[in-house]
Amino acid sequence: MKKKMINSTSKNNLLTYLMVLVIFVIVQTLSATGNLSNLLTGLLVPLCVYTIAAVSLNLVVGFSGELSLGHAGFMCVGAFSSAIFSNAMADVIPSLPRLILAILIGALVAAVFGLLIGIPVLRLRGDYLAIVTLAFGEIIKNLINVMYVGVDENGLHVAADSAGLGLSENGQEILKGALGISGTSALYSDIKSWFFPIGIVLLLITLFIVQNLVNSRSGRAIMAARDNRIAAESNGINVTKYKLMAFTISAALAGVSGVLYAHNLSMLKVSVFDYNMSILILVYVVLGGIGNVRGSIIATIILYALPELLRGFSTYRMLIYAVVLIAMMLFNWAPAARDWRSRVLERIKSLLPKKGVE
Amino acid sequence: MAMLEVKNLGISFGGLRAVDDFNLKIEEGQLYGLIGPNGAGKTTVFNMLTGVYKPTDGKIFLDGVDITGKNNVEINKEGIARTFQNIRLFSDMTVLDNVKAGLHNQKEYIYSTITGILRLPRYHKAERAMDEKAMELLKVFDLDGEADYKASNLPYGKQRKLEIARALATNPKLLLLDEPAAGMNPNETQELMKTIRFVRDEFHITILLIEHDMKLVAGICEELTVLNFGQILTSGETSDVLKDPKVITAYLGE
Repeated sequence: MKKKMINSTSKNNLLTYLMVLVIFVIVQTLSATGNLSNLLTGLLVPLCVYTIAAVSLNLVVGFSGELSLGHAGFMCVGAFSSAIFSNAMADVIPSLPRLILAILIGALVAAVFGLLIGIPVLRLRGDYLAIVTLAFGEIIKNLINVMYVGVDENGLHVAADSAGLGLSENGQEILKGALGISGTSALYSDIKSWFFPIGIVLLLITLFIVQNLVNSRSGRAIMAARDNRIAAESNGINVTKYKLMAFTISAALAGVSGVLYAHNLSMLKVSVFDYNMSILILVYVVLGGIGNVRGSIIATIILYALPELLRGFSTYRMLIYAVVLIAMMLFNWAPAARDWRSRVLERIKSLLPKKGVE
Repeated sequence: MAMLEVKNLGISFGGLRAVDDFNLKIEEGQLYGLIGPNGAGKTTVFNMLTGVYKPTDGKIFLDGVDITGKNNVEINKEGIARTFQNIRLFSDMTVLDNVKAGLHNQKEYIYSTITGILRLPRYHKAERAMDEKAMELLKVFDLDGEADYKASNLPYGKQRKLEIARALATNPKLLLLDEPAAGMNPNETQELMKTIRFVRDEFHITILLIEHDMKLVAGICEELTVLNFGQILTSGETSDVLKDPKVITAYLGE
């Protein structure tokens, strides 16, 4: 029986990887046969961005049990640090290794911010933590909004206005305050068509990290701290350490999604990483099921693609979106809907040919 | 040397003196009871012993080591485990995972987070050993059949047992049980008494328990200390203490 149980968790994990791969294959087939509209093709990389963000937020909200409203802030940090790196190193490193380094830098910078924010913030609980993370996201946004970064042969320059950079003649201004960073995606024109597969690989890595973490010693400690702080401590589990671990890993993965976001755009403006984006990701997590990684992916795909696909309905677009939100909430959480779902599942199981005795 | 020695322990919450001049000496392998009417300060004593509260004054020695003022994580590592009056399980985790969370600090099962994420050989080895150990503990409490249930889905009596199993998983020298029989019917209590004795003998540990069920107290505790209004009323052999008129008055009133 023990064996069976271990198998069921790893089966569950495998199913998630499989689902992502199947989606990937379907999309590639559609695209190869020319059945994918331009609009849809343009959505693919952002979809990867948001699924990675949602899965990583689920680590904090679902498994660590803390409500974080500043996820866009970590994406923002990852996006801008990596975009600055890519622009500064454009002539030095070839595109693929540069992209890989940019991803690592985005993850690292976001992780450092996660750690620094997490140390004071995780002393707070519930509503207070939500408010402070929300403030963090806004502060980061406003800081980058007035930041200018340039590069010349003396290295990086940072200032609060364009003139203050003091660049030499062949210097190049990268980040121009509210105007943001332009031309990042053009630096990768040779591998641009590979961004969707790269996004899928990053999503798989994210899933690998989150799912394996959750089903390990540290993951148990994270969930124990969520379920009962005092009991966890009385069992010798250092609650602060594991909450901080979950928060930092989540921030790093959010940073990765930010990198992908930044490199896919020709114009990167800080104003997109606002409160709305954090809430949007939180909606994906909550509707997909808190603590349910696969649910996060499905919810993101449906809810992200929907408003775009509904553009034809123009005026009624947001109305339909709202109705779908409510329907999904009911389908996921209403007791009657859950009963119906498990009944259907049972019926499907009984139809399947019986496997050997387990 | 005594397993647990408490000297002049006291705590004040603002102007309220919750526990005052509390002394206790428990020898290794003893089954010791802490009783007293509601609000006497029994759970407060437990909370001080386990580091949930920092005592205002006094000293606590576990096996000769001064553990006064340490926090609850450190105290668990020193060798005190406990259960709670209002059950505190990891309710959304499985029964097995609850016990495995208890095994968190046992040397033979420790592996790093990276090892866990990358699923290195050490992960598989440690997890397999952990599963075996956890199932062994669950079997003691007749919970092995429910290993993959969610902890919150267990009936009340089994939740109490699971809490004890989880505490034992931390490999304590001293186990503190806060009202283990609360909410159990006479049959369950009878069975629990057997289990507690078995645990003491099998795991070679010392047990200190708080209990209101006098049948259980009289049945298994070798010595008792009685608390009333935060102070020790009396202590000594169980049979003597339970006959003491002071104790009867404290419980039943004049």
